[in-house]
Parts: sequence; structure tokens; C-alpha cells
Amino acid sequence: MTVKQLSVFVENRAGRLSAVTRLLGDNNLSIKAMSIADTKDFGILRLIMNDSEKALDVLKENGCSVTITNVLAIKIQNKPGGLADAMEVLYKGNVSVEYMYAAFIKEDEGTAFLILRVDNNDLAVKTLTENGYSLVGQEELLNI
Amino acid sequence: MGRYWNESIECMSREEMKKLQDERLVAQVKHVYENVAYYKKLMDEKGVTPDDIKGTEDLHKLPFLTKADLREAYPYGLLAKPLSDCVRIQSTSGTTGKRVVAFYTQHDIDLWEDCCARAIVAAGGTKDDVCQVCYGYGLFTGGPGLNGGSHKVGCLTLPMSSGNTERQIQFMRDLESTILCCTPSYAAYIGETLHEMGYGPDDIKLKAGIFGAEPWTEEMRHEIEKLLGIKAYDIYGLTETSGPGVSFECSEQTGMHINEDHFIAEIIDPDTGEVLPEGSKGELVFTSITKEAFPLLRYRTRDICILSREKCSCGRTLIKMTKPMGRSDDMLIIKGVNVFPSQIESVLLKVSKATPNYQIIVDRVNNADTFEIRVELSEDMFSDTIKSIEDLEKKISEDIHNILGIKAKIRLVEPKSIPRSEGKAVRVIDKRKLV
Repeated sequence: MTVKQLSVFVENRAGRLSAVTRLLGDNNLSIKAMSIADTKDFGILRLIMNDSEKALDVLKENGCSVTITNVLAIKIQNKPGGLADAMEVLYKGNVSVEYMYAAFIKEDEGTAFLILRVDNNDLAVKTLTENGYSLVGQEELLNI
Repeated sequence: MGRYWNESIECMSREEMKKLQDERLVAQVKHVYENVAYYKKLMDEKGVTPDDIKGTEDLHKLPFLTKADLREAYPYGLLAKPLSDCVRIQSTSGTTGKRVVAFYTQHDIDLWEDCCARAIVAAGGTKDDVCQVCYGYGLFTGGPGLNGGSHKVGCLTLPMSSGNTERQIQFMRDLESTILCCTPSYAAYIGETLHEMGYGPDDIKLKAGIFGAEPWTEEMRHEIEKLLGIKAYDIYGLTETSGPGVSFECSEQTGMHINEDHFIAEIIDPDTGEVLPEGSKGELVFTSITKEAFPLLRYRTRDICILSREKCSCGRTLIKMTKPMGRSDDMLIIKGVNVFPSQIESVLLKVSKATPNYQIIVDRVNNADTFEIRVELSEDMFSDTIKSIEDLEKKISEDIHNILGIKAKIRLVEPKSIPRSEGKAVRVIDKRKLV
């Protein structure tokens, strides 16, 4: 139960983010969640797209360095301590988080979604589901 | 002591010098033909025998040697004396496959040091001088060459090697050094450090500097002269021919006198190999006519310059060469180290399946070379985490340092972001305006 994340290498140069996001927009691709990890000289733009295959093709055709990573999208409670509870479950289950970012909040349901990259996807899925967390798959993601 | 180290040679008439060169060349060609199978084969292939070489006018009949020959013959293929007669090796700073190892008999060392002594005397050196040698010692020829020359002249020699600049300045002040030998960029750095420490030219006793092993400009000369309160002299040489002292500058500072009794210089068209008349700009070729152990005939230096026999105010009759104005190959000299783009490629091939596009950017900031390599991050080099990309940068950086001995700033860039001209990437951008 994972979702596909696209990682794009982006140099720290004026106009790069603008160019990459415009490229996606012009191809009618929608960003469901995103984050940027940055260093002095470059950054990695991480994207969860509505159509990851098409986005991959578009980015590659336009000369970007792109890679696909399977990450987890989990639903947590949108309340104080909601994130802490999820982190504690992973910690106790010996799962190490490499990075994570917030995806979307559903005010009406009182839930929020997190994108997680962990050291062991299978172990993380097992640990989370055993503790009552629900993970979102690629199909479901499109309907959020 | 006079103005010359060896007046009879340095001021010899052209006729006498030609006669000396003729005799030495004929003997040298015979020596090489009989003792160096590699060169004998080249001569045989060209249909030339030692009997065809009766004097310098026949020099053009001999085959060229290039760095590629040196690589192929590495390490002993061009040796003309038994190893038991050799007493020393020196080597270029180059890398696996590009390294040049030169052999010396005691006689070769003596002649080399004699050439360096001429350079020191031409810069005003006498036995009363204190000569501080801050070229690197070891395999690099700079330190050992000038050290030996300084001994011959009888200077008090300070074998400092490079680095630890504050200590250099302390010795310079305490022992009252009068002559400084190092690379021009290090001389400028010493000068700047001297001023940073609150001293100026009046606080030291330096009068002259002998600077070489890397390209430098007239502006840099003036700056060093001002910083240190000295007269700055150029010196030229390469490991293949012995080391520094192949040619040296005199008080006129308008080019370097070539020690013609040891080295015959030619200028050729780098494309056709044809010998060009005096005054033409072309590739410098040297023939060693006195070296015993490692006598290279018609060695192509790849340095572009002009030779001139115009009368020199110093009284020397030795032919003069201009500072090298460029290269006929793609070699770069960065921080005194020879760098070939192919070396960078070999490092990049280790981190990627195909050679990624890259660009070398060299500049000179505050008289020191900067060295940056931009590498297009191809898909197979890219992965999702910052750490893995930083590790990649670090690996490239360390491999470059291991191979070249100098550090480069590695900058990963997006695919297709390095400009291409006519479809071909521009590999080198050298912003140093050296000529």
C-alpha cells in the first residue's frame, strides 16, 4: 500500500521552480502534495501527482532528472498530538523516518494526510495498520 | 662574481654555439639510437639513421616525441643509460597514465643545477645571497632544481618547500633572505600575507624572485614586484627536459634565454609538424643534446610561443623564447598542476554509466586559481535523498583530489544546462586572462 512520488533535481537558479511547475500545469497535471528539500546549490522537488506516469514522461521529455520512489500516505487525526501518536507508533515499531511532509487536511472529517519515506515500507505498513492507521493507495489518492 | 654564471657559453657567438650544438647533436643521436630501442624504431620507421644527422640543419629529419610516447614507454622505455648509472628520478604531478618519470645520472643533475645557477645569477644572485626556495621539494622538479642551482652559486640556501606562509615570512625576516624562488601565485600570496601581518617591502631584504611552473601575466609581475619590493624573473622548464632552468629571464625581462648548449629549440606548426622560421608563433619543441639518462629528441612541449634572436641588452647571445602563450593540446595548468579534461572524465565515469556532460571553469581570484567542475546530473546518478547526492559530490571531489592533487569545487547541475556550441559541450572555460 504505497503511493508513487516523483523527485526532481532542481538547481538553485532563478526561475527553475517556475519552469517545472508551469510545465506540469500546461500538461494538465495536478499536484496533490509536494515538498522541497534544499541545500546551498540544489534542491529536490518531491511531488505526489494525480497522474505520476504522465508526469514522469513529461518531465523526462523536458530533460529533467527524475526518479520515482514508493512512499506511504497515511491518515492521522487533525488534532493536537495526532502526529505525535503516529510517530510514536513508528518509533516503537522500529521504523525510521527519512523524511515526511504534510499532504492535505480534510477539515470536515477532522483528518490530515502525511507523506512518509521510511527505511522499511513493509514493516511500516504492518506497524501502522496493526495500530489502526489507514494508508492511502494510488487510486484512493486521486479521489481526495 | 660577474653578471653571468658561465660567460663563455651565455655570450658565445652564434657560429661557435652552432658548432657546439652540431657536435653534441650528432653524438646524442648516436647515443639514443644505440641505447633507446623505442626511439630507434621511430627513426627506422622514418628511414633516418644517425649518419643522416650531420648538424642542427638535419634536426627536422628526426621523428617527434610526444607525451603519448612517454606514456607508452613508461617507465624505462626511453632510458638511455643502465639504471645502475642513474642516481635520481623526478616526476610530474600528473596522474595514472599521464605521469612522466625522468631519470638522471649525476652528470645530468650537475648540468641541470648548472642551468638553474645561470638563472639565479641572471637575477643578480651571488654567493653572498640568501636564497629561499619555496617550490615543493620531492618528485616535483621545482624545489630540487633551484636548491641545486643555489648551492652551485654558493648562496645560503633555505630549503623551505611550500606552505606555512607565516613561517616563510619569519625566516625571510630573521635570516634576511634576498632571493625568493617559488610559483608566482605563491609569491603573490606571500606578499599579501606579509602586508596582512603588518609588514611591507621595507621590513624584508628580498631583492629578486625567480618564479615559474605556472603561467602568469605582466600585471601579476608588477603586483608581486610592488608587494615584495623586488624584481621578479621568469623561469621555464619541464620535467621531460630536466626541470626548471631550460630557459630563464635576464634583467631586460623581455623573454627567457634558452640554455642552447643543452637544449635545441624549434618552433613547429602544431598541425603539420613543419618547422617554422624564427619569429613565428608555434609549438615549442626541445632536443636535449647533453642529457645522458633521459635524452628526449624533438620533444613536443605543446606550449605555444615565439623564438627570437634579437640582440639582448644583458649581453647574452642565447636565443630567447616568449612566455608560453597557450597550449596546442587541451591541457590546463591549474594551481601549478597539469590538468587534462580526460582525467576529469575518468573520474566521472566511475559515478555514471556514460560520461555525463561537464564543464571545467577556471578563474583567478586574488592571484590564486579557482577550479570548479560543473557536472550534469544524469538520471542514473540521481536519487531521492539529499544525502546520496551530497555523497556523490563528495566522491567526485575526493577522486579529483586523489588524481590531481588539487581540490575542485564540484557543482551538480541539471541535465542539458551546460551550454553547447554546435552540439558539442564547451568543456573548458578559462577566465584567467594570462596572455
